Amino acid sequence: MADQPAQFSVAGGPIPPRRRRGAGRKEAWAGVLFAFPWMVSLAVFTVLPLLLTFVLAQSKVQITGQLQWIGLSNYDQVFADPAFWTSAENTFRFAVILVPVKLVLALVLALLLNRATALSGFYRTVFYLPFLMPAVAGSVVFILLLTPDAGPINLILRAAGLDPPDWIRDPNAALWTLIMISLWPLGVETLVFLGGLQNIPKDVSEAAELDSPRRWHKLWWITLPLITPMILFNLVIGIITSFQVFTQALVIGGTTGAPAESTLLYMVVLYRAAFRYFNMGYAAAMATVLFVFVLALTLLIFTTARSWVFYEGDSR
Amino acid sequence: MTAQSTPDKTQGRRRATPRKIAPTILYHALMLLLAATFLLPFYWMAISAFKNNAEIFSNPVTWWPSPVRWENLTALFNREDFPFVRQFMNSVFYAGMVAIGVCLSCSLAAYSFACLRWRGRNVVFAITICALLMPPIVTFLPVYMGWAQLRLTGTYWPLIAPAFLGDAFFIFMLRQFFLGVPRELMDAARLDGASEFRIWWQIVLPQVRVALIIVALFAIVYTWNEFFAPLIYLSNRDDYPLSVGLFSFRSQRSVEWSLSMMGAFLTALPMVLLFLFTQKLFRQGLSSSGLK
Repeated sequence: MADQPAQFSVAGGPIPPRRRRGAGRKEAWAGVLFAFPWMVSLAVFTVLPLLLTFVLAQSKVQITGQLQWIGLSNYDQVFADPAFWTSAENTFRFAVILVPVKLVLALVLALLLNRATALSGFYRTVFYLPFLMPAVAGSVVFILLLTPDAGPINLILRAAGLDPPDWIRDPNAALWTLIMISLWPLGVETLVFLGGLQNIPKDVSEAAELDSPRRWHKLWWITLPLITPMILFNLVIGIITSFQVFTQALVIGGTTGAPAESTLLYMVVLYRAAFRYFNMGYAAAMATVLFVFVLALTLLIFTTARSWVFYEGDSR
Repeated sequence: MTAQSTPDKTQGRRRATPRKIAPTILYHALMLLLAATFLLPFYWMAISAFKNNAEIFSNPVTWWPSPVRWENLTALFNREDFPFVRQFMNSVFYAGMVAIGVCLSCSLAAYSFACLRWRGRNVVFAITICALLMPPIVTFLPVYMGWAQLRLTGTYWPLIAPAFLGDAFFIFMLRQFFLGVPRELMDAARLDGASEFRIWWQIVLPQVRVALIIVALFAIVYTWNEFFAPLIYLSNRDDYPLSVGLFSFRSQRSVEWSLSMMGAFLTALPMVLLFLFTQKLFRQGLSSSGLK
């Protein structure tokens, strides 16, 4: 398995040798049959609901469950709602800070982990563990860790001569608390980077060391270009997930984004519109806005990726 | 991957000159400090689970519970408003069913995408990749309303049934493993007249046994920690899985910290233990999901 070329290629699979027609037809039938449950799932749980979300966004849901078409007035309502703009701004700030910081931290950790010592296995395990913590449990623990007087984090910060804020109740600090909680589980990103680092051929990295004694030369000109596919992967996944962060925000700020709407994230507003106020049309409109935004962002990254992502053996 | 680079480096370590010892010590000091930082929340959760409220908020901070309050454990098991054992079993059921579902459905689909040739295969697989990257909320609301029309909200049907049809991420992951199964095996079986179903069941699946275990492990961890869907679909305290149960207990009894911590501790513990015993498989799973 280890030597499968495995980029984000869509077409794939080994090309089989030519066989008798009958055998090929049988295989084709089996192929369709085996993929059939998944095709049903794609239709029922992905394609159809995606279209219906856009229909829902232009409808009003009656008590009877019937939809009444009301055009774009859900969008008018969304864009006139200060909570929408507050949450959009909070989420944007959250993502813009979280994604780069997380990527850099994960990369630094991966570079640190990329050497064989007696404790390597232990370190790797430790950095991966936070990923296994249920987000609810993790967020609740962080509330305790960040308690002003009795929490260990402020104790340590004070010992270092800093003046820590009231992480949970200060509107200027609460979004940073959310970012901190979301930075903690960076094990997956780290392991992805580590996998990339360990796949760099030994001769390449040795040649680089001979060429220049300065370590950052090697990092900048050899290591980073060779792991750009992993950077792209982590970036795309990071952006997609960070705009949908929900659990931490709900645990820390509830549905009101306490304190003072500073932790009111996009998904929290969407959730409370749909399942507290039962305004499905409004929520669907928000979902479509998120969809278009994330789609545009992903496409933007993929198109710029052509110029900065380096695939080995690829002459693009 | 690590094993390959180990030998010559350890040799170098054995012949370490005094000049090289200082950086090594510095390296380990830094790494241990980082490790301690990452472990702090776990540690704090564990010790707070065995303190009472006053001790949790005592000033100065205490780094070890004294006395160790084991009674928190029995208190948690006897709470009417936090049916922990019941919710634990719900989580086991939920995670177990999803794991079984995705193993069955995704191995069928992944086998089809990786090993069988049929018209439209690449198109369907491309849609699968798109589904993988799509924010789940974009499809959530109509699906929710559909389940509500069927009067199945409040049950585990909406949470488990889709797993038996497939999941984009696990299909993608399993396909990577199926691509590694030698083609000759299947062709030989075909020449012998084996049916396609038999080839899948008797020849290919045993080859990817490890991959199936990996998928099951990932599915268990993801489902155990799933929060949004069960929060919305379930409405009875006795039906909640642990993630939602812990949340609802905390929102109603936000001052009872020691029980919240004991609940969080016992929610996280099974996944941590599962990981510690199977981490080799987890790492193999990560490196196979197309990110090498």
